[in-house]
Amino acid sequence: MSEPHAVSRRDFLCLAGGGIAVCVGAAAFAAPGAPPYPDDIAAYLLIGGDGRVTVFSGKIEMGQGVMTSLAQMAAEELGVDVQSIDMVMGDTDRCPADMGTFGSMTTRFFGPALRAAAAEARKVLTVLAAQRLGVTPGRLAVHGGVVSVTSAPGRQVSYAELARGERLTRRVDAATVLKAAADFEVMGRPVARLDARDKVTGAARYAADIRRPGQLYARLLRPPVHRAQLQSLDTSAAAAMDGVTVVNREDLVAVLHADPERAAEALATLRAEWRLPQESSPDPDSIFEHLLHAPLPPAESARRGDVEAARTRTARLFESTYTKGYVAHAPIEPHAALAEVAAGRATVWASTQTPFPTRDHVAHALGMAPERVRVITPFLGGGFGGKSADRQAVEAARLAQICGRPVQVAWDRSEEFFYDRFDPAAIVTLVSGLDAEGRVAFWDFTGYGAGDRAAAHLYDISDLRIRVAGGMTYGQAPVAQQLHPFEVGPWRAPGANMNVFAIESQMDIMAAALKVDPLEFRLRHLRDARMRRVLASAAAAFGWRPAAAPSGRGVGIACASDAGSCVAACAEVAVDKAHGTVRVLRVVCAEDLGIVVNPEGARMQIEGAITMGLGYALTEELQFRGGDILDRSFGSYHVPRFSAVPRIEAILVRNDELAPQGAGEPPITIVGAVLANAIFDATGARQWRLPMTAERIRVAMASGA
Amino acid sequence: MAAPIRFTVNGNPVSLAARPGRLLLWGLRADLSLTGTKCGCGVGICGACTVLIDGHAARACLTRLGDVAGREVLTIEGLARGGALDPLQQAFIDHGAVQCGFCTPGMILGARALLAANPHPTHGQIVAALDHQLCRCGAHQRIVAAVEAVAAGRGASHE
Repeated sequence: MSEPHAVSRRDFLCLAGGGIAVCVGAAAFAAPGAPPYPDDIAAYLLIGGDGRVTVFSGKIEMGQGVMTSLAQMAAEELGVDVQSIDMVMGDTDRCPADMGTFGSMTTRFFGPALRAAAAEARKVLTVLAAQRLGVTPGRLAVHGGVVSVTSAPGRQVSYAELARGERLTRRVDAATVLKAAADFEVMGRPVARLDARDKVTGAARYAADIRRPGQLYARLLRPPVHRAQLQSLDTSAAAAMDGVTVVNREDLVAVLHADPERAAEALATLRAEWRLPQESSPDPDSIFEHLLHAPLPPAESARRGDVEAARTRTARLFESTYTKGYVAHAPIEPHAALAEVAAGRATVWASTQTPFPTRDHVAHALGMAPERVRVITPFLGGGFGGKSADRQAVEAARLAQICGRPVQVAWDRSEEFFYDRFDPAAIVTLVSGLDAEGRVAFWDFTGYGAGDRAAAHLYDISDLRIRVAGGMTYGQAPVAQQLHPFEVGPWRAPGANMNVFAIESQMDIMAAALKVDPLEFRLRHLRDARMRRVLASAAAAFGWRPAAAPSGRGVGIACASDAGSCVAACAEVAVDKAHGTVRVLRVVCAEDLGIVVNPEGARMQIEGAITMGLGYALTEELQFRGGDILDRSFGSYHVPRFSAVPRIEAILVRNDELAPQGAGEPPITIVGAVLANAIFDATGARQWRLPMTAERIRVAMASGA
Repeated sequence: MAAPIRFTVNGNPVSLAARPGRLLLWGLRADLSLTGTKCGCGVGICGACTVLIDGHAARACLTRLGDVAGREVLTIEGLARGGALDPLQQAFIDHGAVQCGFCTPGMILGARALLAANPHPTHGQIVAALDHQLCRCGAHQRIVAAVEAVAAGRGASHE
């Protein structure tokens, strides 16, 4: 069906030589519980008269590698080389609308829509080629963007020749039959990242690298602590400085200059008095009591059997409380944006994971219709959930509107920590029991603050209850926002790190009580074939030798199911018993993520997730006093460094029967648990609180826990 | 305004009418539009702004323009010569040592300074040399592998 209106105006019109566009009526491709991909007027892909293929995606590239894996998916279904694909991402004027890049959902949910669009384009091109070559489509084969007659390969025509002079639009409304894994030529093979060359030469541009004529650099007045009220402000010294513009609105005070250093100097001259919040608020130790007694009753998210009845049949009872502090996203690139507002339109280049919601937020702040605002997303220097927040884009847009010139807002590291929407502190109480035969008789999980992601595990337990208070929802403030002394938000696999830490620690505790090898104990309670295979793969690669913990060897195991994937890891640690310091020697992580689009990219994501996970497991815990964020730099907030990184082996467990699943988040969920279990194996001391700092380990060893 | 500050950047002479106390970081990023040098923390901890000054690694956010007068500054934009990548740049690509890419310019230049001073570093020496440069994506073991490969005279991966 031809839909003349159904294509991105700008790009189609730009095709001087004609072209073929494919749009997707994407109700069929929605993530469960998420709004469907809109029946949008933007094309998903465009084949130009020069043979180049342009793929449009509202997703963004923040290091996770989807620029490359999406190109592979399009290339596979279209029958072209991945090198002939140009990716346009995160541009609200050019790309199909999208709610944001998070939740390991790009490959799972945008991927099928893109593959369907590419498959449709291939079908269209094959029909055109059949007419051109005077054969039936069934006699044609496509390779490298060239359609040829199977029986006479010399008779051929290229996509470029076919697209030239055409002006065709197609629309896809249902999932087309996609190529089977056995037929893959591009997917499933390692491809070097398409963005790598630009990133090693300095050509790659990030939001703070965008320059516009006449732009000003803004520095904003920030409160000393959250919820402080501005009482008085003297901007006279700044206003007297040459070239400085002062903006003083009720909720927006900034100084701007054509030079960033001068703007910073002007900021230092502002004299502000603040009224600090008077109410007492929690600190890193009292926050857990605060969460436990919050007026938000836990809601049941899963139930099987009868937990109360099963509890009475229990031979041994295990009651545990697990906690975790606030964790910062701390991307190396702080939030930045450049905004230009002119002639009733706004353009904002922003480091954001959510360009379309950011467009709407900017439009609202400027009093414009969303279609008059364009958000362009350059490369992101890391996101991890933290750039689902877009305060800096709104600040830049408002200042640009007020000043009538382009304005850059680039946060410094202190602002990045202050306005981070932290991974929330959380507490889990877990009560479980063993029956006389050594099976888990019941499982009663109650979580506060972390939400229910990965709280539902795959263990075969007949009587079970999972309750959660204060969940996390992507793209929205968590229900429990008001419980925290500052904003919290999604952090790589939101809540799952905490929940898996609790679940997998509890399994280990019960295995140790029975003096059963922790892998064997897990397998006794797992019927799920995928998870059994993943556990076995990790154990085999690690060289797991069965023994009850604590064996003194410092080895641990953990597994989890998240974002459609199954992951398991084995780790080996050395604990300095005098100081409590942990050295992680080795981690083997196996993941079944269904069909693997780019094996090299998937391994990079696993290694990256394990490495990042070392931080929340061992060293990262935000220090704060009420609304005052005490950690404002990498000097006091310790992210993993080279010297902390162990040898990491990533194993992709082949599963071509399953569509591609989430890759980049699941492996981070098991790091806290696998290290806690390895530390227990080394020391006999159980860890109940993340991060497992040297001091906490020392205390646990001393108390004989 | 005092006399302009003259130095070379990536082999080209430059002259900036700036105060000697101005930071090299802004001289590069704002005055010369060389944005490959990144600002990650502004206080010399993260290493994203690492450049070479007369071949030695330095943090552009801690270096004053007055201190580079008459000296040779190399930024990531100047590392590839005539379109040919430096072996370290190629090795970072081949080993998948790049994710978000924000720390990458500083990492490559930090590694370049190390190899200039010590062409055959041990694994431990590479780790020690880069330990004060931060990567949040977790590309560490691939970055070390890339540097090891170049040190061993094989830029590309042999997987």
